[in-house]
Amino acid sequence: MIDTTGLVEIRWHGRGGQGAVTSAELLAKAAIDEGKYAQAFPAFGAERRGAPVLAFNRINSREPIRIRAEVTEPDVVVVLDPGLLGVMDVTSGLKEKGVLIINTKRPRPDIATRFGDKWQLAVIDATRIARELLGVPIVNTTMLGALAKVTGVVRLESLSGPLRERFGRLAERNITAMKKAFEETVVKE
Amino acid sequence: MAKRVGIEVSLAIAEAAKLANVDVVSAYPITPQTHIVEHLAGLVADGELDAAFIPVESEHSAMSACLGASAVGARTFTASAGQGLELMHEVLYVASAMRLPMVMAVANRALSAPINIWGDHSDAMAVRDTGWIQIFAENGQQVVDNVLCSFRIAEDHRVLLPVMIHLDGFHLTHVIEPIYMPEQDEVDKFLPPPQYPLPLHPDKPLTMGAFGPPYIYTEMKKAQEANLTAAKEVILQCWQEFGSIFGRDYSPVEGYHSEQTKVLLLTMGSFSETAMEAIDKMRDDGKDVGLIRLRLWRPFPFAEIRQAVKNAEVLIVLDRAISFGGPGGPVCSEIRSALYNEDTRPKVIGFVGGLGGRDISVSGFEEIITRGIEIARTGSEQEFEMYGVRE
Repeated sequence: MIDTTGLVEIRWHGRGGQGAVTSAELLAKAAIDEGKYAQAFPAFGAERRGAPVLAFNRINSREPIRIRAEVTEPDVVVVLDPGLLGVMDVTSGLKEKGVLIINTKRPRPDIATRFGDKWQLAVIDATRIARELLGVPIVNTTMLGALAKVTGVVRLESLSGPLRERFGRLAERNITAMKKAFEETVVKE
Repeated sequence: MAKRVGIEVSLAIAEAAKLANVDVVSAYPITPQTHIVEHLAGLVADGELDAAFIPVESEHSAMSACLGASAVGARTFTASAGQGLELMHEVLYVASAMRLPMVMAVANRALSAPINIWGDHSDAMAVRDTGWIQIFAENGQQVVDNVLCSFRIAEDHRVLLPVMIHLDGFHLTHVIEPIYMPEQDEVDKFLPPPQYPLPLHPDKPLTMGAFGPPYIYTEMKKAQEANLTAAKEVILQCWQEFGSIFGRDYSPVEGYHSEQTKVLLLTMGSFSETAMEAIDKMRDDGKDVGLIRLRLWRPFPFAEIRQAVKNAEVLIVLDRAISFGGPGGPVCSEIRSALYNEDTRPKVIGFVGGLGGRDISVSGFEEIITRGIEIARTGSEQEFEMYGVRE
């Protein structure tokens, strides 16, 4: 777990259409519903389906957030698409002892050999869960479950409200996927 | 009781326009303003807002439709940005000269070329002489509050002028953050229905925007200038009343650790919040630095600026726009001009930065302040410096 009493900065890596921006949005809403201060924003650009995209969160349980610049030294990095690991350095700027959460079907030790023990590494096969429960490989809500488990920046149950508001009749399935990911996320063997 | 919600700032603006019970919205979508008008179109289509949404083929037409709507006494709202605001340019003068109290949210965006959809203040500065009231917001709450205040100010019979609320494209428009949304009954009390004194009506014909030959044009412009300058008093009253009701206070110039401080930085818009972090860090290191945030751009708050900086030795001004071949940024040159005849005044050092969406980080603001202090001591051969240029 990371220290969630002060400012926590999160960077989401996904591809256009996978829902990284939505993940950040739902997380901020959940944190705000808990009475915390939070921001969510996309990497401001001309997004295209399939192209790598970034989204960001800042969460502070104590005081209003004033920094408006992009997050360059995150406490947490979440990778929605394992294919991105081969094309960019997702750990760029990630703070020492920071959290790295990766959607991958490979077991954690496999991934750990690549990243060493500089960061707290967690893995989750979110694509499988999303395919099983949602019928599509869109992992934004599953990865929220993983994030809630590994970081504790918001309570799992706080995410349900924003998910219901966002997804309507598809919400319950997304909530189930999120909970399953919460249970299955592997932090350490 | 106001509700605290996590909402995208663009959507919150549209919700504020709904709370203001606008009658007519005419707009043309342009990044980064799009979500504002998209959401308003949705509110109208879903029957949540009883207003006419007039889709048009360009911003020039959007502003023209707003002229007509405002002239019949409808509460009129629009939004634009960057090239869109520029395409409206000639019509903007007509709105103010005809004393039409509409409100426009401007999602500040850079101007082409090269094509750049990101934020800076080039568009805001390009329209500074159009006779509109211009208010800059630093965060989503300030935008929402000032949408409500702007209608009050614009429609006040002592004012009757259009108002622009400037919010930084992307840095504010696309951010989800906590905002207190006032309740409808609170807003209704604060903002009674519009009572335009001389609306266009077929039963009572009148002419607006008539021919103004040389014998009257100067007098019209004198009246317009006096009118906009005098609007400041109404703006101050409105903000004071808003503060007493809603508990959030606004003033034309806001200080942050600026009293009796030798070195001041002046900023506008959302970057002011990042700059505050830099001020805190430098003060923790024992440096005597503070921040001035300029919120009201037109009418320019001369007295408040002079008062705010009178004890400073160095005033560093950051512009997010450039006047090519001129004195640098428009904000810096206006502040210099406002202080020139003062007996005691700080040295005014100009920087241009944050153009076309380029971030300025906390450490970036520290660099600007440190460099500004150095220039004040050693002088510079340049009229201003551009911050963060990769060379």
